[in-house]
Amino acid sequence: MIPYIRRAAALCLVLLVALLVNAARVMILEAESLDENPANRRLAITRHGQPRGEILVEGRPVTGSRDSGQQLRYERTYKQGPLYAPVTGYASQTYGTTLVENAEDGVLSGTSPLLAPLPFWNDISRGRLPGGDVVTTIRAPMQEAAYRGLGGKRGAVAAIEPSSGRILALVSSPSYDPGELSGTGPAVKGAWARLNSSPNQPMLNRAIRQTYPPGSTFKIVTAAAALDAGVVTDVDAPTDTPDPFVLPGTRQVLPNAAKGCGNASLAYAIQWSCNTVMAGLGVEVGLAGMVEAAERFGFDDTGLRIPSWVAKSNFDREMSADQLALSSIGQFDTTATPLQMAMVAAAVANNGEIAYPYLVDRTTTAGGTTVDSTGRRSYRQAMRPSTATQLQRLMVEAVEEGTGSNAAIPGARVGGKTGTAQHGLGNTGTPYAWFIAWAQASDAAQPAVAVAVVIEDAEASRTDISGGGSAAPIARAVMEEALRARAVS
Amino acid sequence: MTAKRRGVELSLLVCAVLISVLGYADVGLAENGAVPPDAARYGGGLGALALLAHLAVRFRAPYADPLLLPIAVLLNGLGLVLIYRLDLETPRDQAALPQLVWSTLGVALFIAVVVLLRDHRVLQRYAYLSVATALVLMLVPIFFPAVNGARIWIRLGGLSFQPGEFAKILLAVFFAAYLAANRNALAYTGRRIWRLQLPTGRVLGPIVAIWVLSVGVLVLERDLGTSLLFFGLFVIMLYVATGRTGWIAVGLLLAAVGAFAVGSLEPHVHSRVEDWLNPYASIEAGDGPSQLAQSLFSFAAGGMFGTGLGLGHSILIGFAAKSDFILATAGEELGLAGLTALFLLYGLLVARGYRAGLALLDPFGRLLAIGLASILALQVFVIAGGVMGLIPLTGMAMPFLAQGGSSVVTNWVIVALLIRVSDSARAPRPDTVEAGVIAPVVEDAR
Repeated sequence: MIPYIRRAAALCLVLLVALLVNAARVMILEAESLDENPANRRLAITRHGQPRGEILVEGRPVTGSRDSGQQLRYERTYKQGPLYAPVTGYASQTYGTTLVENAEDGVLSGTSPLLAPLPFWNDISRGRLPGGDVVTTIRAPMQEAAYRGLGGKRGAVAAIEPSSGRILALVSSPSYDPGELSGTGPAVKGAWARLNSSPNQPMLNRAIRQTYPPGSTFKIVTAAAALDAGVVTDVDAPTDTPDPFVLPGTRQVLPNAAKGCGNASLAYAIQWSCNTVMAGLGVEVGLAGMVEAAERFGFDDTGLRIPSWVAKSNFDREMSADQLALSSIGQFDTTATPLQMAMVAAAVANNGEIAYPYLVDRTTTAGGTTVDSTGRRSYRQAMRPSTATQLQRLMVEAVEEGTGSNAAIPGARVGGKTGTAQHGLGNTGTPYAWFIAWAQASDAAQPAVAVAVVIEDAEASRTDISGGGSAAPIARAVMEEALRARAVS
Repeated sequence: MTAKRRGVELSLLVCAVLISVLGYADVGLAENGAVPPDAARYGGGLGALALLAHLAVRFRAPYADPLLLPIAVLLNGLGLVLIYRLDLETPRDQAALPQLVWSTLGVALFIAVVVLLRDHRVLQRYAYLSVATALVLMLVPIFFPAVNGARIWIRLGGLSFQPGEFAKILLAVFFAAYLAANRNALAYTGRRIWRLQLPTGRVLGPIVAIWVLSVGVLVLERDLGTSLLFFGLFVIMLYVATGRTGWIAVGLLLAAVGAFAVGSLEPHVHSRVEDWLNPYASIEAGDGPSQLAQSLFSFAAGGMFGTGLGLGHSILIGFAAKSDFILATAGEELGLAGLTALFLLYGLLVARGYRAGLALLDPFGRLLAIGLASILALQVFVIAGGVMGLIPLTGMAMPFLAQGGSSVVTNWVIVALLIRVSDSARAPRPDTVEAGVIAPVVEDAR
């Protein structure tokens, strides 16, 4: 019997070895793919197992966490959710993350290796770090002024500090409370469905993700191209552009809303927003020159991150002469995000150089130690410094005694440009009202702020003045807060 | 003269109790940040049980294998820790206390068997009583309502148990007794067909009948794990008794045919096989992970060293997390290292059973030891292989580890019987030699 017992014992040994080999297969070889299986809830459970780090505006958190007692335990809360939604985005158990919540997720959720004092040891011990904080560049009074100014109308405001690229305000309206998307369950699903089906698109971040035809605000780009290319050497000299202006190669006539535009100077054209002059200058600069100039401002850049991605602002690279003429006044296929147009204003204010715009000043551990900070970086030289100086004067004139008079601030140097963009089939849509501007306190060395405002459903007077009428006061309110903050600090 | 090694047993028992208590404290620290208030009571209780069992062995089976009892105590202690740990996540379903009560009953039965059963050969006389009891026990649940698709429970008042668990031992006793008595007839008589020697129906008949009956009943009750176990047990014991490899071949063939037939015809089994072949099918279909997939996720989450007791999420497995799937908690929280240790403990237990079988001189004791050890081996393989995707999943209890009163009690009785046979195997036999009596030749030349 003994040999048979031994063989039966050997069989048991085979079974034992099979179990051990199989265990190693599941727990080591296939572990990674099993861990990352989307149906495996563990990653989500760990992720929500601790409070998320905070997003700070001027040192105060605009976010919070609530212990839900559910399996995905900590849910995100927001203070003044609608106001800061275009900055924070949402962090949802059900729908993931967007904007800063998404871009800085590693720090906020505590998974970023930057947070660990000893990353290698942390990998081995599988310790979980508390979520770090994200300090934004947003200024609360400016954000509030912009939000209040839009007053629920469809539109957006982007404000940046020209010298540094710090984004001071980023508002999209109408907005939503991202806290409604935190957690799980039917309430969250209902909110998601409601927000997504709303015709007002409250979750659309119009400041960086929506592009609009920039209309006359684009004339700043055309003017910079004309000056840099030497097409215009004296801004006060008459240009050789007739009024009315026939689009090259067509019989279509380009009208002006302003008077006195025939052969007007560049200075007059910016001050009163002459279409004919700017279209003519664009054609004279030529397609290559215009494309080059637009791209120096950031048009056609698909890689802009603040750190969330910014939608591409478009300037076509192939056009006929008549299309180029229309594009030169911000129509045809030309589109821009509000942030892009704020960068145009900032380029003028900052002597032609655009600082890379950024929203996250620094990230810290939960204890407040800085783990990473965004410094000033140069984005592009949009135009020659001398060109910028000349355009500063023209924009100031447009505010002091031109279309942008609603933006004037006593005791400060303010430059601006209005815009009214036609859109829709046959230009039948309600025009978009634009205003871009910058402001410098009289005793300051540098401009404090550059801002772009767009309102989709502006009061429907289809004239170039609507940008000055609806958008300029909002820009002024935002700029006043920027100047006040500077005066205090 | 063989050493008794009772001191070794005692020190190993102290270690086993200590490891269990540390595990218990660790769960409390991980979940609540504090050592559970009743950790001392748990340790005291487990220690007292271990001590009583040790004393019974020391006085009634002094030559018994010193590894058997400590391994059983350690496995039972770890099982209690794991169940307590899972209890923390299911406030409305507390299983640790009933399990402790059943464990106490198990140890009491262990002591009773060690004290009252002075010689295992007595059991040989009760072969037919055993098998009759086993069949009755297995038939009774048919008259009780099915629980989760299987008719294997008897519910009386608040208690429920699986009589099939006890039937295992009784069946092993019967097989051992019958095969010991008839193995020569099974091996050498009957007609020869081609190369296979078929025993006469008179010899083979009763055993096949009983085997068919037990497996058939279990299929009716949809207790496939136990049918598989009985089948394997039967084949192993038949092989060890007769040494006929042909039996293995026939057994495997029958098993394959049976498995294929049941697997394709019976919907309950069919779905298990489907799930085994593609554990992620339900995820791809958008229905969320199956229990097997959840179990595999648990094991994977453990990795090499585990998440630590109390820090895993094996509760996601849901139903049967404390019973059939308890190994997943061990895998997730103790890691491959801990799981390997567990498997080796079971391996050691089985090996010690086989060792006793080898050392014994009487065929009944041999077959009984092999049978009992094989029950443990097969049961561990079937359930561990099932929850880890090695073989199709069949509901079974991990010996000592899983929640389940009948299972814990049965396993304690199995260990008690192994203690008894190992005592016989290792005890010196000087008296027979000194008396000048030639020891009866019970072992043939094969």
